Amino acid sequence: MTETTAVLPYGDHSHGKLWLDTVASWITTVDHKRIGLLYIGYALVFLVIGGIEALVMRVQLSMPNNHFVTPAVFNRMFTMHGTTMVFFVGMPILFGFGNYLVPLMIGARDMAFPRLNAFSFWISAFGGLLLYFSFVGGDGLYGAGTAPDVGWFAYAPLTARIFSPGHSTDYWILGVFLSGIGSVGTALNLVVTILSLRCKGMTLGRMPLLAWIYLVTSWMVFIAIGPLTAAQIMLLLDRSLGSHFFDAQAGGSAVLWMHFFWIFGHPEVYILVLPAFGFANEIIPVFSRKAIFGYPAMVAATVGIGFISMGVWAHHMFTVGLGPAGNIFFVFATMIVSVPTGIKIFNWLATLWGGKIHFASPMLFSIGFLFQFLIAGLTGIMLSVAPFDWQLGNSYFVVAHFHYVLVGAILFMIFAAFYYWYPKMTGRMLSETLAKWHFWLFLIGFHLTFDLMHVPGVLGMPRRVYTYEADRNWGSWNMAVSIGAIIQTAGVLCFVWNMIRSYRKGKLAGADPWDAWTLEWKTSSPPPHYNFAEEPVVESRRPLWDLKHPNETDTEYE
Amino acid sequence: MSESINTIAADAEELWQLPDKGQVGMACLIVAETAIFAIFVVAYIFYLGKSLSGPTPAEVLKLPIVGTVCLLSSSLTVHFAVAALEKGKARLSTLWLAATVMLGAIFLGGTAMEWHELIYRYGLTIQTNLFGTTFYSLVGLHATHVLAGLLMLTLVLIFGIKGKLNSSHAHRLDMLSYYWHFVDAVWVVVFIVVYVVGI
Repeated sequence: MTETTAVLPYGDHSHGKLWLDTVASWITTVDHKRIGLLYIGYALVFLVIGGIEALVMRVQLSMPNNHFVTPAVFNRMFTMHGTTMVFFVGMPILFGFGNYLVPLMIGARDMAFPRLNAFSFWISAFGGLLLYFSFVGGDGLYGAGTAPDVGWFAYAPLTARIFSPGHSTDYWILGVFLSGIGSVGTALNLVVTILSLRCKGMTLGRMPLLAWIYLVTSWMVFIAIGPLTAAQIMLLLDRSLGSHFFDAQAGGSAVLWMHFFWIFGHPEVYILVLPAFGFANEIIPVFSRKAIFGYPAMVAATVGIGFISMGVWAHHMFTVGLGPAGNIFFVFATMIVSVPTGIKIFNWLATLWGGKIHFASPMLFSIGFLFQFLIAGLTGIMLSVAPFDWQLGNSYFVVAHFHYVLVGAILFMIFAAFYYWYPKMTGRMLSETLAKWHFWLFLIGFHLTFDLMHVPGVLGMPRRVYTYEADRNWGSWNMAVSIGAIIQTAGVLCFVWNMIRSYRKGKLAGADPWDAWTLEWKTSSPPPHYNFAEEPVVESRRPLWDLKHPNETDTEYE
Repeated sequence: MSESINTIAADAEELWQLPDKGQVGMACLIVAETAIFAIFVVAYIFYLGKSLSGPTPAEVLKLPIVGTVCLLSSSLTVHFAVAALEKGKARLSTLWLAATVMLGAIFLGGTAMEWHELIYRYGLTIQTNLFGTTFYSLVGLHATHVLAGLLMLTLVLIFGIKGKLNSSHAHRLDMLSYYWHFVDAVWVVVFIVVYVVGI
């Protein structure tokens, strides 16, 4: 059943070589698994950096009239935190898992274009380095240098040369631009891999839902990243050649930038959250010991989210004043998104229903995800109502809402994915004890931070303020929020320590530690360079179930 | 689905056909590029008539008939080049490629002359007004794509002249021709927006 008799064991050729050769082999690799790990490792480094930036902000805001950092540093922190987390943590970590898992799950030996894959990773990595080089070179190498401070959505006219002199904003533009090129390259690769490299019998109707989700996500990347790239080109032309796209003095429009940015920015949220749904689709059935409930409905909901999310961007702009027609359209378009997402939540609940649930660490994080994603969706519906948004737009209520999605839903599922697939990637299990510490610390810290963060928002605290007066009564709420951030940090430290420790001392995983059903568990852990010694042939949605239960195969029921 | 499973499994060996990698990949690239062009076209239309100072499009733009005819017919010649190579006629294919490169170069030359006239006779630069800003960026983005396509076609042409081209390269040339057709299609949109609607 398992193909452990590898002809050329993965990494074996590096025995007795210098560490420089190992480094060189990673730099020059075109293997989808190694590139996936590079993506994930790179994203984890930036996750730590972005997390430190968040902590700096939380220390600054923990008390009224605090002066832990200067206002200028605070502006740089929220700009770099947002940009880093979206473009250099969220995107690469999801592409990393996609790169690693999709070819294995559909029974392919590699991505469709391995060299394009390596190019996409390195161009994205260069974008991240360029963004952070701005700390040194932001002023153009005279003076001390600064990082970008225009906010992650970089509204005009703040980004105009006259208001943001020096080169820090240019570093932001180029860093994001390059990461966009890498994203389109990898998305293209994923689509071609999924459509053209499936193993025999892997029809679209039998594909693991994760592969379906990456197909839809990649499609959204094409349509969403294009506008961002275009807008970045325009901004770069404005700043370096003196054109007037967003220059109000020459008749240009600052609102046009907002439209262009959010035409990218809102689909981007779904680009980030869909892979999290994909992880849930794989993990929840395995730990409920049931096949996923409503496979076709799940696919339809994914495609539906993909389409609807293209037409909701201006709900980020209710406070600009869109007029009644625009308001009505974007309110209802936004509310309609809750239909397919609701279908997904009910399908996950129906999968759990009557299942034999195992509360292993991946499942714990998935359950946390289910509850938190529901709440994030509910505050989302609240904010989708234009008058409500006029009241609370740009407040900490909004910040709490989208962090509920990004941390409560996406990051929780990313942690679940680590606990679930780490054994496949390294061949060793993560420690369950440390995982439980991680889960409970992070859960408590998360709720302390982001549940309470809604309150100062309702009390009128605007986002991105450097500090506030004591008589506003926001102090104790903010102190609790900051304490929550420190508890979350402790949880993440458990996670990092778990990953380092288990790499050497973890229990050996074997090919299929979770008794799972998709193809990646058919090959050894870690998989050999060529993934499968023989190309698999698939006859149902759960090929490994069929192998393990030859008398009761899925093919009879699908 | 269940009733058809057994037939599928039995026929899987012979019937398992998936879409071509190159075609899907090029289609994806075209979708992503279309999204970029769409935003530039939207910006052009949005800023039509909003320039605070002259010159206006009606005052300075002339229909680039020669360039347009050349670029559109180059779609035809590149198609003939692919068809010839598929039949193994490498020399004929090289000739058609040469024609394609020539037509593309005439188009770019036309753009260069147009820009030269706009800059030196009418004083219109990217800094002059919103028309200059959107015109040079949209037409320039398209011209950049023509240039990229032209460089790749020239590379194939060099291989052809050196006699290194054979029918095994037909599929790759076909993919390149997809890109070239796309660039032509974009020009149709740019032409209509900039030179017909915008004047």
